[in-house]
Amino acid sequence: MLKSRVKSQEPRVKNDNTFVRDVANRDYEYGFTTDVETEVIECGLSEEVVRLISQKKGEPDWLLDFRLKAFRHWQTMEQPSWAHVELPLIDYQAISYYADPRGRKHKSGRQEIDPELEKTFDKLGIPLNERLALSGVAVDAVMDSVSVKTTFKEKLAEKGIIFCSISEAVGKCPQLVRQYLGSVVNYRDNFFAALNSAVFSDGSFVYIPKGVRCPMELSTYFRINAINTGQFERTLIVCDEGGYVSYLEGCTAPMRDENQLHAAIVEIVVQKDAEVKYSTVQNWYPGDKEGKGGVYNLVTTRGLLKGERSRLSWTQVETGSAITWKYPSCILQGDDSIAEFYSVAVTNNHQQADTGTKMVHLGRNTRSTIVSKGISAGHSQNSYRGLVKMSDKAGGSRNYSSCDSLLLSDTCGAHTFPYIDVNNDSSVVEHEATTSKISEEQLMYCNQRGIPPEEAVALIVNGYAKDVLSKLPMEFAVEAQKLLSVSLEGSVG
Amino acid sequence: MDALIASGLPTKKDERYKYTDIAAALEPDFGLNLSRLPLSFDPRQTYRCRVPGLGSRVHYVVGDSVAESNVIVDDGRLFVGPMVEFAQRYPDLFRAYYNKVEGDSLTALNTMLVQDGIVIRVAKGCKVDDLLQIVNLSVGNVPMLANRRQLIIMEQGAEASILCCNHSATGCNNLATEVVEGYLANGSHLQYYSVEETSDNCNLLNTTAFMQHEGSNLEYGSITLNSGLLRRSVKIEFDGSNAQTTVSGLVLAHGTSHIDNNLLVAHNAPLCRSDILYKYVLDGSSTGAFAGKVLVNAQAQKTDSQETNANLCVSPSARMFTQPMLEIYADDVKCNHGSTVGQLDDTALFYMAQRGITPEEGRLLLQQSFAWDVLQRIDLLPLRQRLIHMVEERFRRGIGACGDCVMCGGNEI
Repeated sequence: MLKSRVKSQEPRVKNDNTFVRDVANRDYEYGFTTDVETEVIECGLSEEVVRLISQKKGEPDWLLDFRLKAFRHWQTMEQPSWAHVELPLIDYQAISYYADPRGRKHKSGRQEIDPELEKTFDKLGIPLNERLALSGVAVDAVMDSVSVKTTFKEKLAEKGIIFCSISEAVGKCPQLVRQYLGSVVNYRDNFFAALNSAVFSDGSFVYIPKGVRCPMELSTYFRINAINTGQFERTLIVCDEGGYVSYLEGCTAPMRDENQLHAAIVEIVVQKDAEVKYSTVQNWYPGDKEGKGGVYNLVTTRGLLKGERSRLSWTQVETGSAITWKYPSCILQGDDSIAEFYSVAVTNNHQQADTGTKMVHLGRNTRSTIVSKGISAGHSQNSYRGLVKMSDKAGGSRNYSSCDSLLLSDTCGAHTFPYIDVNNDSSVVEHEATTSKISEEQLMYCNQRGIPPEEAVALIVNGYAKDVLSKLPMEFAVEAQKLLSVSLEGSVG
Repeated sequence: MDALIASGLPTKKDERYKYTDIAAALEPDFGLNLSRLPLSFDPRQTYRCRVPGLGSRVHYVVGDSVAESNVIVDDGRLFVGPMVEFAQRYPDLFRAYYNKVEGDSLTALNTMLVQDGIVIRVAKGCKVDDLLQIVNLSVGNVPMLANRRQLIIMEQGAEASILCCNHSATGCNNLATEVVEGYLANGSHLQYYSVEETSDNCNLLNTTAFMQHEGSNLEYGSITLNSGLLRRSVKIEFDGSNAQTTVSGLVLAHGTSHIDNNLLVAHNAPLCRSDILYKYVLDGSSTGAFAGKVLVNAQAQKTDSQETNANLCVSPSARMFTQPMLEIYADDVKCNHGSTVGQLDDTALFYMAQRGITPEEGRLLLQQSFAWDVLQRIDLLPLRQRLIHMVEERFRRGIGACGDCVMCGGNEI
């Protein structure tokens, strides 16, 4: 997301339309690999591997127990097949579950960042040097299985905010991690949650103390680099009473012919009167035009609105991945809590996405809003799947859902699978969905005014997704707009 | 039987049956009328279910037996009669149309056990003026399983209206499986309405499938006024272009009723139109479930589809599950769906209270007007008026209030 900022410092000689066109003509630009010494453990998954990961991270016994319980449970489960995607049976023994690109430790014991790594993140627009980075965003950069660097940690610590990798947090504040880890997404939740709980590597940990408003955006950038590895990040955000934080997540991967697995868990706990905004621009490698390669993005993300009047907002722009299986959810436990879900999911070529949300209303007078925009092109399949559940105790609660799909080719598919369960007589749930293509009139109007078809589509798509993009932090919104254009490249005419 | 053994009975783990426990419905020790015991009474003498102002030809099915007193119609233009008779008179037609529906294991169960049914065949270009009415009566002093079947053949350009009424004349727990197969040839027009007015101990597992060819028009309505467990799986398939269907459903549930409507409209041809409206009013501890999927295949360009599902929960323990779904593989389409679950409008109730209308009456009026949207879509005016009357009676007086025959305590004939 910082890339856009760096770019904005260049003189703006091009007009906006040319800019969009340039972007649209680009291929996946983050597909390079970094030649860096990486310590990779052997492929395969067993109890020994789980113990090895835990040992490498120097984890306490309780965390190893947590992993082992999850692993044993995972062994009893089967890969789910209910989503509207053709997910092949993954060979979990052919994947390496730990890759550390930081190399060996310095003689002094201090771990140094390989200059190649620093260059890689610079190339991705994520300067790890705090002097180069613009203030306002603190970044945790994660490559493969480990966190490379977290910026502005000290500055945030002044306010009592803990922002570090989850491995570091286990050492620094074990009580907090132990209290909340697995409290929102139990390892028994689903197949991929169990897998992640057994082998999770790095991810970010955020703790916002009581009454503290985080002064800058927090961000994690995930990068898969090593071949034949999976990434199993784990993010845990705890926002204490009256706190506020805006958290951003970005991700990319190299272009490879093999599929790579990314099975993450994000857990968010929002206490009384606290507010969390979580934004994602997901741009994993989607595979080539023939559908070869790409990342399988199989993610469990969930927030618990634990306290009264707590607020949580998920905003996601999903443009990458060969297969996306992701349902950022909210459990509205506290009375008067408010949850929002804004999503744009773009699929092109042979991409498949089955994404949506769950809003589980448990507290009284809770409110939730779902706005989902799906855009399908090429031979892709794009599904919205959502659940709105009003429990018998969630009296006076409300939900509004709107799911729109835009079709850009006659070989793609757009699907909507909403589930609405209402168990009381004082809640109101409204759901609406539409599916259509870009109207000929709109295209003709643009063409008449000299806008070529491809630019016109980019323009219309950006307008269509505006409701969601406007919810993103400024830097992300610019990036997301560009991504939309790139993702739809070649889908017109 | 092989199909049933191969697939097994549906469980709650099956996505299409997640809200209805079929195993529990089939669990009681039901009797089967295997020895074909003759009826001890003539339904024509003891039961009447008529639509004032509309000439109708009524055919009774008691349990799973087609009443002998029914008059078989077979004049070359129209056939209405028992399936066994139809199979003997028109074996080729029977073979061509019977059991062509791609059903699940419940269809297989019915096919395995069914012994007779009703066939309605309207010949090419014929228009049937009278309403064709099928009255299904649940009877018996012991819990019985009835297996019913209907086969409807609408030949090219044919027109007909069918009303299927389900009633109960027993206090015993009973279950019916029912399969309705309908074929609409090019340019044919069928109005098919089904009214469920049984009792809390009457359970029905219905599978309905209509195949529509080019330019055909189907108006399908399902009105549930009273029932125990009711599961309707309705599949409407467009096999030819320019066909259209209007599907209307109204459910009034109370007590511990469980009403599950599962609808699939498959657009396999271009330029077809589907318009779906289902409304539920749930009282007591009743449970409502609705799953409506509109499937638009790649060749079904220029599809126009609208699906609406609106639900009222009027008691704290009523539950509603709804799934309006779209699965679309063609790009030049106009499809939308909407679904709501809510309560009566407080502002409207207050408005009426200001004008001297009691809260009870106000609630009644609002519920009636909610149901009105569905009834309004019924094309046959006398039938519409009759159903409006029955819905009002149902809201005002509760259960079994058609008031027109011996069983309802109405006028004896």
